[in-house]
Amino acid sequence: MMTRLGRAPWPLLVVALALLVPAVGSRFYTFLANDVLIWALFATSLNLLVGYTGLVSFGHAAYFGIGAYTTGILMKKLAVPFVLAFPAAGIFAGLAALVFGFFCVRLTRIYFAMLTLAFAQIVWAICFKWNEVTGGEQGMPEIPYPALDWMDRLPWVGDLRTSDHFYLLTVLLVALCLWALRRIVGSPFGRILTTIRENPERAEFIGVNVRRYELIAFVVAGAFAGLAGGLFGIFNRGVFPDFAYWTKSSEVLIMTLLGGMGTFYGPPLGALALILLNQQIVSYTEYWPFVLGTILVVLLFVFPGGLAGAAGIVSRRLARALRA
Amino acid sequence: MLEVHNVRKAFDGFQAVAGVTLGVARGQIAAIIGPNGAGKTTFFNLVTGHLRPDAGTVVLNGRDITGLAPHDVCRLGMGRSFQRTNIFPKLTVFENVQAAFISHRGRGLSFFARVEGLYRDETYAVLESVGLGDKAGEVSGFLSHGNQKQLELGIALASEPDLLLLDEPTAGMSATETRETIRLIERITRERGLTLLFTEHDMEVVFSIAQRISVLHQGRLIAEGTPSEVRNDPEVRRVYLGERRR
Ligand SMILES: Nc1ncnc2c1ncn2[C@@H]1O[C@H](COP(=O)(O)OP(=O)(O)OP(=O)(O)O)[C@@H](O)[C@H]1O
Ligand SMILES: [Mg+2]
Repeated sequence: MMTRLGRAPWPLLVVALALLVPAVGSRFYTFLANDVLIWALFATSLNLLVGYTGLVSFGHAAYFGIGAYTTGILMKKLAVPFVLAFPAAGIFAGLAALVFGFFCVRLTRIYFAMLTLAFAQIVWAICFKWNEVTGGEQGMPEIPYPALDWMDRLPWVGDLRTSDHFYLLTVLLVALCLWALRRIVGSPFGRILTTIRENPERAEFIGVNVRRYELIAFVVAGAFAGLAGGLFGIFNRGVFPDFAYWTKSSEVLIMTLLGGMGTFYGPPLGALALILLNQQIVSYTEYWPFVLGTILVVLLFVFPGGLAGAAGIVSRRLARALRA
Repeated sequence: MLEVHNVRKAFDGFQAVAGVTLGVARGQIAAIIGPNGAGKTTFFNLVTGHLRPDAGTVVLNGRDITGLAPHDVCRLGMGRSFQRTNIFPKLTVFENVQAAFISHRGRGLSFFARVEGLYRDETYAVLESVGLGDKAGEVSGFLSHGNQKQLELGIALASEPDLLLLDEPTAGMSATETRETIRLIERITRERGLTLLFTEHDMEVVFSIAQRISVLHQGRLIAEGTPSEVRNDPEVRRVYLGERRR
């Protein structure tokens, strides 16, 4: 029974469910689901570094922010269509990650983390100050929605709101990106990354150019964070400097840890959990950060593998109980 | 095959390797012996690129490899194992060896291929030859010490080296395990036509398989030659008098 459940095409089912949200849920739920999806992609991109390569970045929001500004500026100021402005977010964020990463991978562990943070603060400062291009402190409101006229002609979908159309597009694009990331971590490249996480010294002695692989991982992670950012600016109806601020970096890191780094579906789960918790608890208490901190500490002590690790343990127990 | 000329390394003024010249001919089984702290591991680190020598040169197959990074040295055909076990603990035994094949055969930058079955036969062949064929699926960090040492050897072999450097391949093993491991290493070396340079504390082991022996003491070579030459060297006898361990 459990094995049959294990073999179900879960990712496809989740995508199908996600596509149904606007039809069955309220506008608010669609909004929430859109938020979760984008953060799920953002957190999964970070997991490539933290969970698979063993590199902890404190500045991953830099690439999210760069992606958001790229798509935002291209669509709003230059009227570039989404089909170009969206991939451009990945390309620009990836290029920035290439430049910053070149320096970061030369340092080890905690210094690596500090330098990623430093670069992210530089990106934030540029977004904050460069009024002509980024809109400075005020940010850049009213990023247009992509033109999705083709959706109007589809049955069922045609009558939905523009924001729902954008949500459906997000589902498809995030699914595509997660699929690509899934292939990457299950590839020979992904295996080499895990050897670096496990033992960089030994990895060198099986012929792995550790720095080069770390840099490639950094660029790939940055590019996907940029894509998430590109979507987020449109979803948020505006791009603001705090997209690149350190609080965003720590939020995505918390999602990754909460969900369980090193397991592929952990970070998306973490994004879901954190956003829902936030939604629930904020309406009851102003002490949300305190509650979150407590939950995190308990979780990480009881289940070092995060939510995904906990789910794994529970399902194995269940399987054993069912077999007995 | 390997020619090391006058390499030196000092740590904070302390000469760990104080000018060592040593050659290993193709197909030879050579050993470095010496008391604790003699500089054997440091010497290996200099040869494999893990440390950069303060002076001297390292030449592999006629090519100067002094100061190259370990991953380049590895690609040029040098495999090594470590005195203190050095594996990828959370990966399975299979994945440990498979990763070395992926890296060595230049598939590390395939982003979309599936990794699962890659180099399956080659990996199993290596695992069989080091005696881990039945442990492929186990998480390597949970293996016994002896098994981890075997795995260490397997990882080194998967880089398909011509020259194998083994730093105390039997460290921490029982007398029986040591004998078995040495026989295994000797067999693999002959089967694959490898050149072998190893360090070892167990004198019996060294004298039983090595064709050339170099004796290192306080960072210097004090003797070199065939086992019988080394055995009868007065300097070696003096250094080892009362220092024979285990
Ligand atoms: N990274 C380092 N920093 C400072 N000193 C070091 C370092 N590595 C080795 N040494 C010193 O250099 C000397 C030689 O050490 P090495 O490990 O090469 O000896 P060894 O012959 O391998 O000994 P053993 O038989 O115990 O393995 C020792 O005195 C050691 O303390
Ligand atoms: Mg040593």
